Amino acid sequence: MPLLHRIARKDHPVIAFTLDGAPCEGRAGDTLLSAILNRTESLRRTEFTGEPRAGFCQMGACQDCWVATETGERLRACTTPLQPGMNIVTGTARVA
Amino acid sequence: MSERPQPLIVGAGPAGIRAAEALVAAGLCPLVVDEAPACGGQIYRQRLVQDGRSTKDLYGSEAGKAERLHAAFAALEGRIDYWPQALLWNLRDGVADIAVGGTSRRVAYDGLVLATGATDRVLPVPGWTLPGVFTLGGSQVALKAQGCAIGSRVVFAGSGPLLYLVAWQYMKAGVEVAAVLDAAPASAKLNLIKALPLDPGIVLRGARFVAELRLRGVVIRSGIEGLRFEGEGRVSGVIWREGGRERRLACDGVGYGLALRSETQLADLAGCAFRFNQRDRAWLPVRDAAGRASVAGVYLAGDGAGIAGADAAERAGERAALALLEDRDLAIDKARAVTLEAELARIGKLRDALETAFPFPAHWAETIDDATTLCRCEEITAGSIREAVNRLDISEINRLKAVSRVGMGRCQGRMCSAASAEVLAAATAKPLDAVGRLRAQAPVKPIPLALQLAADLPEAAANLPEAAE
Repeated sequence: MPLLHRIARKDHPVIAFTLDGAPCEGRAGDTLLSAILNRTESLRRTEFTGEPRAGFCQMGACQDCWVATETGERLRACTTPLQPGMNIVTGTARVA
Repeated sequence: MSERPQPLIVGAGPAGIRAAEALVAAGLCPLVVDEAPACGGQIYRQRLVQDGRSTKDLYGSEAGKAERLHAAFAALEGRIDYWPQALLWNLRDGVADIAVGGTSRRVAYDGLVLATGATDRVLPVPGWTLPGVFTLGGSQVALKAQGCAIGSRVVFAGSGPLLYLVAWQYMKAGVEVAAVLDAAPASAKLNLIKALPLDPGIVLRGARFVAELRLRGVVIRSGIEGLRFEGEGRVSGVIWREGGRERRLACDGVGYGLALRSETQLADLAGCAFRFNQRDRAWLPVRDAAGRASVAGVYLAGDGAGIAGADAAERAGERAALALLEDRDLAIDKARAVTLEAELARIGKLRDALETAFPFPAHWAETIDDATTLCRCEEITAGSIREAVNRLDISEINRLKAVSRVGMGRCQGRMCSAASAEVLAAATAKPLDAVGRLRAQAPVKPIPLALQLAADLPEAAANLPEAAE
């Protein structure tokens, strides 16, 4: 079950991206955080204990929502607009 | 324009917008730097795209203010330099380092208005790092800016005016709100009587939120203790104590926060003196009634200098800009300055009254379970912090940081500094102001290692990189 659910922009144009290799669809106007959490239930696992995290402040302050692209670029999910063709790796390998 | 470098405004929320407007009216051309893709700050944050909802849907009773601010900023186009999606990550001696469009630019400025805003203040409770637990502000951003709910059955917990506002906004949006759990005792709300004559509108609006939530069957509890969130891999319930009894509710989303915390790192890097503020339980940059900091040419406005809300931020932004103009020996409307200061004083009294209606549950710091993560970034538990405090006889927050790494992670203490200071004070039986202030360090937020260093920009930047759409 995804963590977030949409109450607006349900029929906005689709933006295709991949999440841990699986094809996914976001919507125009999504941040990366919204696109991922409308699909699954976490964004990353922590470095030390490996527990799942899904962001916290959603305004660029807590730095708890950093994800990586397949090429190793790091992105703060809550302040990054979703772009077509993004290949995101969360390390959680659990897509609903 | 003069040969002096242009003034620099950090933040394009209510304070930054009004500051820019006042400087432009006096013939100056400031550079406005903001992290967001569009102006408005957090409270009047704009969507990335239109989504069929009206500004009334988004901002409720504050829709008119939001529209006026957005329009005021749009009207400045061509008369200011505006860098959206830009992070000011370092400041010193009239020079700022700004990451924008994959490049770090060095900008000289003459006059600095810091309108850096605030984020939620939190104390850690068990389960607060679970997916599905967001700050109250974050819950609101999801709903307003992204049109997403943080769950299908949501609990809001903590304290502060935002607690009831966000719960009401979710209910209005058609999301099931299971409960509102208020850390403040019910008796504290009697203090709202003091706020009533200062701003009847805000008090009555709050009362209406509570009445409408109750009417829809939302459980509202005051004076809750022992708050914790449970779940495997994501939040599935909330547990609390009231009147000695443990209560439990199932939910799949939580909004949590204990009022707001000023964003003061840049004021610290600018060399501003700080003073402990008992009401906000925080060290805040010293400023005079006009917004002048202790450092010449630095001005402070909005929640980043002390929590006072958006209406105060608009006025403080304008007043700070007038102070900048006065200090340049430019003519200002002195009567306007007096009016703004009087309004700020009135709003300040209102905030004092609101604060007593939503008191911070400082005693929670003593009872944070040792196993609870206190620092989200470095995953440091409350227990390991207490252990370090006791073993090494630590009584100062920067020493605690050096030893335990708390406040040293990616968030630079934004999420844990209030809590670690409270825990340190409780563990050493000292008042909060006696444990010191966490010093800021550049970069104030993570910047990509691959940032290109642009040529120094002694004057500003006519050639703004087209970072935003």
